[in-house]
Amino acid sequence: MNEIKCECGHVNPEGTVLCESCGKPVADNQHLNGNDDQKLLNMRYDGSARRSQTYNRTIIDKVWNFFSSVKVGVTLIVITLIASAVGTIFPQEMYIPPGSNAATHYENQYGLAGQIYYQLGFHNLFTSWWYMVLLAMIGISIVIASLDRFIPLYKTLKTQKPKRHDKFLKKQRIFGTTESTEVNMELLKNNLKKHRFKVKEEDGSILAEKNRFSRWGPYVNHIGLIIFLLGSLLRFVPAMYIDEFIWVREGETKVINGTDGEYYIRNDEFLLENYDENDERFQEAIQRNGQPVPKTYQTNATIFKRTDDVVVGADPELEEIKQAEARVNHPIKFDNFTLYQASYQQNEFRDMTFELHDMDDEDTTYGEFTVDLSDPDSEYELDNGYRVVLDSYFPEYELNDGEPVSKSKYPKNPAFVFNVYPPDESEPEVSFAGIGANVDGSGENDHKVNLVDFDVRDVTGLTIRKDYTLPFIALGGAIFMIGVIQGMYWNHRRIWIKPKEDGVWIAGHTNKNWVALKREIEKVTKDTGVSSPADQQELKG
Amino acid sequence: MGDLSSLSSSLLYAAFFIYLTATFFFAGTIRDNSRKKTSLAGNIAITVTIIGFLTQLGYFFTRWAAAGHAPVSNLFEFTTFFGMMLVFAFIVMYFIYKINVLGLIALPIALLIIAFASMFPREISPLVPSLQSHWLYIHVTTAALGQAILSISFVAGLIFLIRQIDQTKKTKQTFWLEFVIFMVATTLAFIIISSTFSAFNYEAAFEAPVEGQPTEMTYEMPAVAGPYDGELLTEDAMTPLIQAPEWMRGVDAAIKFNTLIWSFFGGLVLYGLLRLLLRKRVGSALQPLLKKANPEIIDEVGYRAVAIGFPVFTLGALIFAMIWAQQAWDRFWGWDPKEVWALITFFFYAAYLHLRLSRGWQGTKSAWLAVGGFAIIMFNLLAVNLIISGLHSYA
Ligand code: HEM
Repeated sequence: MNEIKCECGHVNPEGTVLCESCGKPVADNQHLNGNDDQKLLNMRYDGSARRSQTYNRTIIDKVWNFFSSVKVGVTLIVITLIASAVGTIFPQEMYIPPGSNAATHYENQYGLAGQIYYQLGFHNLFTSWWYMVLLAMIGISIVIASLDRFIPLYKTLKTQKPKRHDKFLKKQRIFGTTESTEVNMELLKNNLKKHRFKVKEEDGSILAEKNRFSRWGPYVNHIGLIIFLLGSLLRFVPAMYIDEFIWVREGETKVINGTDGEYYIRNDEFLLENYDENDERFQEAIQRNGQPVPKTYQTNATIFKRTDDVVVGADPELEEIKQAEARVNHPIKFDNFTLYQASYQQNEFRDMTFELHDMDDEDTTYGEFTVDLSDPDSEYELDNGYRVVLDSYFPEYELNDGEPVSKSKYPKNPAFVFNVYPPDESEPEVSFAGIGANVDGSGENDHKVNLVDFDVRDVTGLTIRKDYTLPFIALGGAIFMIGVIQGMYWNHRRIWIKPKEDGVWIAGHTNKNWVALKREIEKVTKDTGVSSPADQQELKG
Repeated sequence: MGDLSSLSSSLLYAAFFIYLTATFFFAGTIRDNSRKKTSLAGNIAITVTIIGFLTQLGYFFTRWAAAGHAPVSNLFEFTTFFGMMLVFAFIVMYFIYKINVLGLIALPIALLIIAFASMFPREISPLVPSLQSHWLYIHVTTAALGQAILSISFVAGLIFLIRQIDQTKKTKQTFWLEFVIFMVATTLAFIIISSTFSAFNYEAAFEAPVEGQPTEMTYEMPAVAGPYDGELLTEDAMTPLIQAPEWMRGVDAAIKFNTLIWSFFGGLVLYGLLRLLLRKRVGSALQPLLKKANPEIIDEVGYRAVAIGFPVFTLGALIFAMIWAQQAWDRFWGWDPKEVWALITFFFYAAYLHLRLSRGWQGTKSAWLAVGGFAIIMFNLLAVNLIISGLHSYA
């Protein structure tokens, strides 16, 4: 290391621009802060020795210098910003209608532009590798840029002495000389203290400083950002994060996905409430909307914990652990899991009751039977020796090329083929029954199976989350906020006063809000005999 | 109940006219040549502004009482609230820096925003389940406050640019400044045109296919651009001159396109008239009015606004938003356009701060950035709701 010894006796590290102690410009290093031709000193990081400005030999130096440059950092931020904006032109893949094929959807919906968008991968921008790379590079840049500046700046501010070199003072932006022997130093010091400056003295020279901590604000907020980014990366660690979904019918008890069979849920009741159309407050808005506006979705649920060992096939022994309501904005919480009211389906069929009577006479009856749609029996015994055998069951019936089929296994539109055995008959009558459909299989049936009643129930859709990354994310966010507030709502201000044979010199520096600093200097120098310093750099435009 | 909500609308009207009055008082400070820091006109102006602000607060709380929830839940309410926060941010800045010209620009912008807000449906709407959370108030109010404070940097930037740009010759800068003024004219034109037609209850119904279904849609301005494949149902309504392009498919897409055309041409007419009247660039006509403003202080006000606004914005629009989203939608971040644009705003002002801090972007450059930032905020406020989601929602 080529250390630099200043005339004040202080030894500075290589690359120092202004002596850490007295501020005297180090002759050979002025170009590093661009001070050569300027009237004023560039006070960037107090002229401390930054690695990025000092070394540029090895690959490591070059990488370091690349990432520590704010120009590079801002460029990365701007690229990310523009890419993000492009990512909102058309909806991301996760927001296109479920079940549609992205490869054709974008082209069909948005034409050529949509196709290009899709081909370039913008439909999945925010999970794409290059977006991740951009964020990662911003992260690296933040770390390196901060280290490059924080350490030398910290050392310099700790080492600074009240007594400053003349050149340093003269080349400050705020600088003034007073030629008078009538300067009231005591009053000046008192004023400074009243304005909450910390005052230090050395051979009559004064350094008044306040809010140095605000200089650390950017580094604190950058640490917050890094913790936040790392927290988001933890998402990719499997054990940290569970995201599952279940449908639960009313009355049904189901194992909760993602809990390794440990927890069960029973849907006791699902409630959907709409706003009252006659509520005079909201009448107009509801009319404009054209359809009812929902007020609450809610699942009343009971959560169980399995107490026996998980054995495949065996019925679990369940212990109730809580009864709770899941509403939008009010999830159910238990043992680090959170259940959110995410979706619902209303009026799914639960059971259907049929009656058997003569073909032509609806007043006759040979008895009723009820089919449980989630678990239908294969045979139903009626009065007087009549039997009905369930031949086929179509939960969501549909005719496909003349053949009855089921679109899904959910009883949304149930239909049945029944074989009816009258007493002492071995040949059944085949009957097809569904909602609003009743077909005589042979055309010669004597009996008819008629739907007389049904029960419906609601199905609730819940997401299950367990997320151990949240504390990191929250911590990152909190540290970030502390850092920005620390850096933005306070300013680091310094005022130097140096006695001269024929009066005093005064100089001032702040990291932001110069007008406010000037006003403050005017107040502290009032009646002390020190004349107001000038701003040597008025804005040109 | 009904009384409260009509009281609330009257208070909003009143606030609007009080702000207008305050603007005139601020205009009165231009001629004031005294060297004193505070002037009589300035004192009156800021007092009137504060009265206006209190009146608007009255609107806010009476509407809250009438609705049973804080009035920040639809575009009208949110935009009005944003206007109110803009006035508040201005008042705060005024007391830090005591600059009268700031009011001369800030108040008209707030007026424009409030007038613009009332072009949206104004009735009290019920809260859907996902909005029923205290985080709605906390998030929306903080986010709007942050955006409003950031917007003060736009106000300062605009003053700076009008005052500093060399108007003796035509440059890129004079062009873009005129463009900003033209955008203001367009907004004004939109307000004038849409309130005129709605005063006459203009309606023209069309039937056009939406997602293959014939759907009826109602224009509230004469249709210059009709819906694609649409058929006019209303008699003696104007027949469209052109058809909206085919890809504008949402129910409202063609209507919005039509509104845009009206506003654009209205803006051209307004701006053209101004130019005819002034016989020079509008920026150049405004320049002498702002001669008194000290560019250095104005520049600092702009920066200070970002320094104060950035943390508030981050807290409200990102952090509180994430907390709420985590509760309501089981994920704190979902990359939906509104969220992404909040992030873009955040990135943009982060870039502003870094450029200023380490690359010395002050004065003109930083003023232009402030204009860009305001454009992003407005985009997020309006375009994301009206255009991006509008085109994508086929409901
Ligand atoms: C979106 C991400 C970022 C945010 C929100 C952020 C935020 C901030 C804030 C608020 C400040 C204080 C500015 C001021 O005092 O006016 C700051 C300063 C700074 N940032 Fe960042 N930053 C980000 C990314 C970066 C990156 C990528 C770099 C890399 C070059 C960087 C380097 C710096 C430096 C060098 C400072 C000045 C520190 C000082 O004054 O000592 N930042 N940052």
